[in-house]
Amino acid sequence: MKIKVNKKHPLAIRWLHWINFPVLAVMVWSGMLIYWANDVYRIGWGDKTILKFFPDSFYKAFHIPFRLAEGMSIHFVFMWLFAINGLIYFLFLLFSGEWRLIFPNKKSFKESFLVVLHDLRIRKTAPPQKKYNAAQRIAYSLVILMGLGSILTGLSIYKPTQFHTLTSLLGGYEWARIEHFTLTILFSLFFIVHIIQVVLAGWNNFQSMVTGLFVVDKNAIPVQQPIIENKIEDTINDPTDQVGPVESTNNLHEDSDKTEEIIKHDE
Amino acid sequence: MMNDDTKDIIITKHNFRKKSFLAFSFFILFAIFAIFVWKKINHATDVAGTPKPLRTILDKNEKIFSSIFSDQHLSKTYPVSEAVKKVRVNGDIGLKSDLDTSWRLHLVLHPGDTLLLTMDDIKKFPKTELVYDFKCIEGWSQITHWGGVKFSDFLKKYDPSASQEKYAGLSTPDNEYYVGIDMASMLHPQTILCYEMNGKQLPVNQGYPLRLIIPVKYGIKHLKRIGTIFFSNERPPDYWYERGYDYYSGL
Repeated sequence: MKIKVNKKHPLAIRWLHWINFPVLAVMVWSGMLIYWANDVYRIGWGDKTILKFFPDSFYKAFHIPFRLAEGMSIHFVFMWLFAINGLIYFLFLLFSGEWRLIFPNKKSFKESFLVVLHDLRIRKTAPPQKKYNAAQRIAYSLVILMGLGSILTGLSIYKPTQFHTLTSLLGGYEWARIEHFTLTILFSLFFIVHIIQVVLAGWNNFQSMVTGLFVVDKNAIPVQQPIIENKIEDTINDPTDQVGPVESTNNLHEDSDKTEEIIKHDE
Repeated sequence: MMNDDTKDIIITKHNFRKKSFLAFSFFILFAIFAIFVWKKINHATDVAGTPKPLRTILDKNEKIFSSIFSDQHLSKTYPVSEAVKKVRVNGDIGLKSDLDTSWRLHLVLHPGDTLLLTMDDIKKFPKTELVYDFKCIEGWSQITHWGGVKFSDFLKKYDPSASQEKYAGLSTPDNEYYVGIDMASMLHPQTILCYEMNGKQLPVNQGYPLRLIIPVKYGIKHLKRIGTIFFSNERPPDYWYERGYDYYSGL
């Protein structure tokens, strides 16, 4: 039996993604230990507080109080992993050309609205897409920017005198701390939405972030034999193909176990 | 439609299963490895209240960030009008004993050779006023107004050779509170031996008669009621370092 799979996620992206997950979790966690020591942020106005960051019950449940020193030492060690991993990821996007699939293009901003309507089941069809839809492009690009933002705001509260220009640009020491905190909240919200979307998208999508391979067609028509030396008309009917039948110049190998014929589309 | 179909390939089901199995095996191994590393770090022997692997990196951080440290990088200053009137008091370690009326600053030139200085000796130097954002390691900060003498001026007169040493150690008269600070930070132009706050004599809870103001460090290094200053090439003992904090604590 043959199946058709899409080489969705390059190996480097999968590694960098899965390294980032625990590292970011550790950064958020140790950040909480630090934030507790001066937990002044809230949502509200005047004396009215809608949401205090964070309620005492929350602190108690996660054993957060009185661990400032521990939080700082963890934070200032794992910051290197977070920054280096993020930098490698960004460079990989740039040099592999993967950025074309992630960064928003001209259509993305208009289309992202339609994607959201589709996801909320208000609209039946979603706009055509490549690896990521318009909303994903915007969300994933924003998360990359947020990572950069966390590093810059973090640096400006970590060494406000040595990086005083950066600290001033961010509105000063206290503003930089608020920004750093806000980015952490946004990361956490992103994480929640990301998990929901991954669960909704199902197993095939999730496993592709581990294996790299997204199953397109579970029962691909068996590869045709015998092989004609000249160009052959590829008869494989691709239901997802909008271009129509394609010319394939690939020779199909005999040893079926090793066959991984790439069906190339002439552009 | 869902994907970039130039990356489509046809493989056997068997092959796909094999690849999946391998990938998930690596995935689980990686997860186990990550948990193992995390446990290893947290159960490592403590060096001054922090697991050794973390302490090693913190000391590396000190090397990295002290290499970009510069006298030219000044802590931002503010007009006097922006300084708060109610200055926060956060610690009284080392201030609990009664202040000896015959207070002297003990400046240790060499072991066994200590110079005893009075407030008059210190006030002889030109006064420097500083309004800056005092930053506590807990995360709060306050714009405060201080007056005193530049430590670099003071050292130049009384112990010029001491600037060759790597560290200065400061402690309260009762030795209850003590800090160690790298010489570069001590010689920073905004580091002052401070005897005034908001234009008035330093209050007792702020370290009367003499405290350290060092904007390139967190508040934990701003020792109140200085009793002794000495110099060393080895790290002098540090109260909060022993309790798990970063020795450098530089800003």
